[in-house]
Amino acid sequence: MRYSGWNVITQGLLGNKGWTRAWRDPAPKAEYDAVIIGGGGHGLATAYYLARNHGITNVAVLEKGYLGGGNVGRNTTIVRANYFLPGNSEFYSHSLRLWERLESELNFNIMHSQRGHIILFHSDGQRDAAARRGNAIVNQGDDAELLSIPQLKDMVPYLDYDQTRFPIYGGLIQRRAGTARHDAVAWGYARAADQRGVDLIQNCEVTGIDIEAGRVMGVQTTRGPIRARKVGMVVAGRSSQVAAMAGMRLPIESHVLQAFVTEGLKPVIDHVISYGMGHFYISQSDKGGLVFGGDIDMYSSYAARGNLPMVEHVMEAGMTLMPMLARARVLRSWGGIMDMTPDGSPIIDKTHVEGLFIDAGWNYGGFKAVPASGWCMAHLMATGEPHEVARRFRLDRFRTGHLLDEEGTGSQHNLH
Amino acid sequence: MRLTCPLCGDRDRREFYYMGSEDYLNRPAADAPIAAWDDMLHLRTNPAGLTRDLWYHETGCGSWLVVTRNTVTHAVLSTERVADRASGRKGAAK
Repeated sequence: MRYSGWNVITQGLLGNKGWTRAWRDPAPKAEYDAVIIGGGGHGLATAYYLARNHGITNVAVLEKGYLGGGNVGRNTTIVRANYFLPGNSEFYSHSLRLWERLESELNFNIMHSQRGHIILFHSDGQRDAAARRGNAIVNQGDDAELLSIPQLKDMVPYLDYDQTRFPIYGGLIQRRAGTARHDAVAWGYARAADQRGVDLIQNCEVTGIDIEAGRVMGVQTTRGPIRARKVGMVVAGRSSQVAAMAGMRLPIESHVLQAFVTEGLKPVIDHVISYGMGHFYISQSDKGGLVFGGDIDMYSSYAARGNLPMVEHVMEAGMTLMPMLARARVLRSWGGIMDMTPDGSPIIDKTHVEGLFIDAGWNYGGFKAVPASGWCMAHLMATGEPHEVARRFRLDRFRTGHLLDEEGTGSQHNLH
Repeated sequence: MRLTCPLCGDRDRREFYYMGSEDYLNRPAADAPIAAWDDMLHLRTNPAGLTRDLWYHETGCGSWLVVTRNTVTHAVLSTERVADRASGRKGAAK
């Protein structure tokens, strides 16, 4: 059933009795052309683009829990394309363009809001770096604009500009950046993939990967064996465990990242504001809650909840930037498990097993990447060749030294 | 989360710097093949459950510790100084 204003009105008049379920709940078949392990944003997007771009519709997405129950439903929903390094730059640029037409493409309201994303800087040196980054973003074909203090004060008057530790010198804004409703992105891709014939199979945990003579033959699951000549592992948060089923050790260390939301408030923060010196960023959801977070807890964890030192650090950083936050009350906090790679950039690549592919290592930046990740992973699985904009996301780049170290902090997991 | 340093006792987690899996102690020889270095630096053990990892008591005694803990529950089971382990002395603390 197509979603439209007309249908909302007619269904409203008819007592909303005509809505059909958004996707089927099929039993797994014995064999598919391709199997995607992981029903999160990236997995669902991969399945959708396999069907849409490559005509491969005999596809199953296997999800151990429920669709979108992992990090795609637990993040702070920021969508932006303000990366600097060749390799990242063109990939996130591609992703932002896909975001801009996603709602009409999926026929789903993902509440994509291009409210602008501001990176603050606090010294002359940082201003130079921001100008350079802005130029790189303009050169990649996207928008970036350096904001002076008067411009910034006009847009975000509530910041503490004269704080002694990190006085604010200005900001770099990308006006096309913003936020989207995270769950809706998963649901939109799920519904659109289902409509193209993809089987979305929930409560189906993969327990083994069948490999014969260096070639993938299928997977073992809690709902029986499924044969497939192409298998994609798209399970950020559990990548090391799933890859171990294929005898692989990944360049990934899992860390917990916390996020926080306050009770609903009237509109007060109109943009996404990133305060790198305080490891703090904030936006306001359409429901009114202030959504904010900071850095990872900095030790390996699968706990999906963090510890108090980082809670305190985030609150302190928020208070130094926006003293008005003192009046807001935190409603809840949560933690998600991040695939941290040594250089902070992701992996979309083949593996040593023929027909087995991996999409992993999204660190704490996977949400904005969902469309392009699905697009490029589908391209890789369909053609066997990396997509042009994802060609540097290689699995072996740490061994060969072709790092994508966007932060410039080094090639170890705990440095990002 | 708190860690018990064998020398300083029960301390706040913020006194320690995290280094990663104890794999890091298995440093290859300088002329070892690149794959061995890649293995040590990047392809670390990353278990969901029991792990042994390295922590540096940065604002305490400066000891390097091997901490046995659970990555799912954050329970800390034991701590041991790397120096004690290397020399075979008993330095473990519960």
